[in-house]
Amino acid sequence: MATVVLLTVTGLGLGALYFLIASGLSLIWGLMRVLNFAHGAFFTIASYAAWTAGEALAGIPSLPLRWLAGLVAGVVAGALVAALTEVVLIRPLYRQQIGQVLVTVGLALAAVALVEGGFGSDPKQLALPAWMTATTTILGASIPNTRVLVIVVALAVLGVLLLFLQHTRYGLIVRAGVENRAMVSALGIDVERAFTLVFAIGGAAAGLAGVLGGAYYGTIDPVRGTALLIFAFIVVMIGGLGSITGSAIAAAVVGLLQQFLNFYAATGSGDFAVVLLLAGVLLVRPGGVAGSIT
Amino acid sequence: MSSGRVLLEARDLHVHLGESHILQGVSLVVREGGITGLLGRNGAGKTTTLRGMLGLVPRTGSVTLDGEELIGLPVHEVVRRGIGYVPEDRDVFASLTVAENLRLAERPGSALRYDLVYELFPEIKTRAAQKAGTLSGGQQQMLALSRALLNAGNRVLLIDEPTKGLAPLVVKHVADVLQRAAEVATILLVEQNLSVAHRLVRDVIVLDQGRVAYTGNVDALMGDAALARQYLGLAAVARGH
Repeated sequence: MATVVLLTVTGLGLGALYFLIASGLSLIWGLMRVLNFAHGAFFTIASYAAWTAGEALAGIPSLPLRWLAGLVAGVVAGALVAALTEVVLIRPLYRQQIGQVLVTVGLALAAVALVEGGFGSDPKQLALPAWMTATTTILGASIPNTRVLVIVVALAVLGVLLLFLQHTRYGLIVRAGVENRAMVSALGIDVERAFTLVFAIGGAAAGLAGVLGGAYYGTIDPVRGTALLIFAFIVVMIGGLGSITGSAIAAAVVGLLQQFLNFYAATGSGDFAVVLLLAGVLLVRPGGVAGSIT
Repeated sequence: MSSGRVLLEARDLHVHLGESHILQGVSLVVREGGITGLLGRNGAGKTTTLRGMLGLVPRTGSVTLDGEELIGLPVHEVVRRGIGYVPEDRDVFASLTVAENLRLAERPGSALRYDLVYELFPEIKTRAAQKAGTLSGGQQQMLALSRALLNAGNRVLLIDEPTKGLAPLVVKHVADVLQRAAEVATILLVEQNLSVAHRLVRDVIVLDQGRVAYTGNVDALMGDAALARQYLGLAAVARGH
């Protein structure tokens, strides 16, 4: 029983990280039809921004304060880099999907190389508050607190995103833009501003994942963002491109599948099963579980 | 009624879509007040003219609203100058409610005419919470017209085939609404239903193969069977009269 609980919470924690990355990818694709291969770079840059902030504030004895400062630095860095990416690299290439793919892949590779050049390729540890290195016993299982934290934060982000989409004017613009971008412009709305905002929100969520990933895995490294991005793309496709709720459900399923199969079957079988799941979903519902073909 | 003052003008408007040269130097004027008809056979370039004026398709030439050049402005800035658009396929946002569709059309700084919209289309009010995608074709058309009418700042409405695919009773209602809308804004109307066009329009511009083929009074066009047959097609003239 304890093992099942541990695997469940760990799987949901992994799914929470996937969701934080996938939510931005899904919004960006849904509104702008941009496959953003640079999204993992936002994760990586944010995690190193958090580490840098933590180091810069090494004189402050309070670890929670240092970690929180790193969290803010990571989220802000993720949002800023994402917004800058949209304005400088993506905007000139709207309607040129091959160009977008090339430029975002290039940025992803360049970001990893820059981080490796600046910080080295060895993993680094974020300074974590004592609570985050401890465990909590749930139904007999010793659960690392970071798993619980990641899950709670992802649920909060899901709630905030849904509130944003359902109850704000920009949310309305995004939902309408997912359906028909040209008609939104024809109503006198500056869609490009919404594009930048969506990129910034996606970057902030990926940044949050970057910092929380440092706590979840215990270390940060230059290539983790890229590795997680692959599964985040799978989550977005299973959940339905443009659907936040679909991404949340798919992220939980993918995280649980990986954890349980990797533990009970052969190591690596979870990853294989996820790819099979993606193939099955695409065959049965090509638009994803919450989406449709448009 | 038209004041005679030119409100909207296109000069030497060209649109290329892929290899096709769709608009080949369209020049037209829309005078302030009333409804100007933009007629022509299928594929003549009517819809592309409206989309070109708004900037929804790449174009060259000149489009002015009240003397201000619009070419070079992004679509949303063109619209903010005071142009409402009702596309051929209505393009309501299916996943949004009726109320959300209207809220999206609200432009900051523009007075809103909800009273007029609800007076013309009482159903829009009663169906406010309904998803637009579940409305009938006629109701979707009402919603599309409501979005364009909502902003008092819209001096010109570009309306593309508002009666297309609608039941005769709904067609009459839409025609009545257009007549009423013309009291608050100048309308450039693309319409294939010639009896509706004849009833509503005074000035008419006929497009043929991407060029302006006729400009003048609608009665003069409809009164000349040979001319109408040449530009609008035999079947269309027979339906219209």
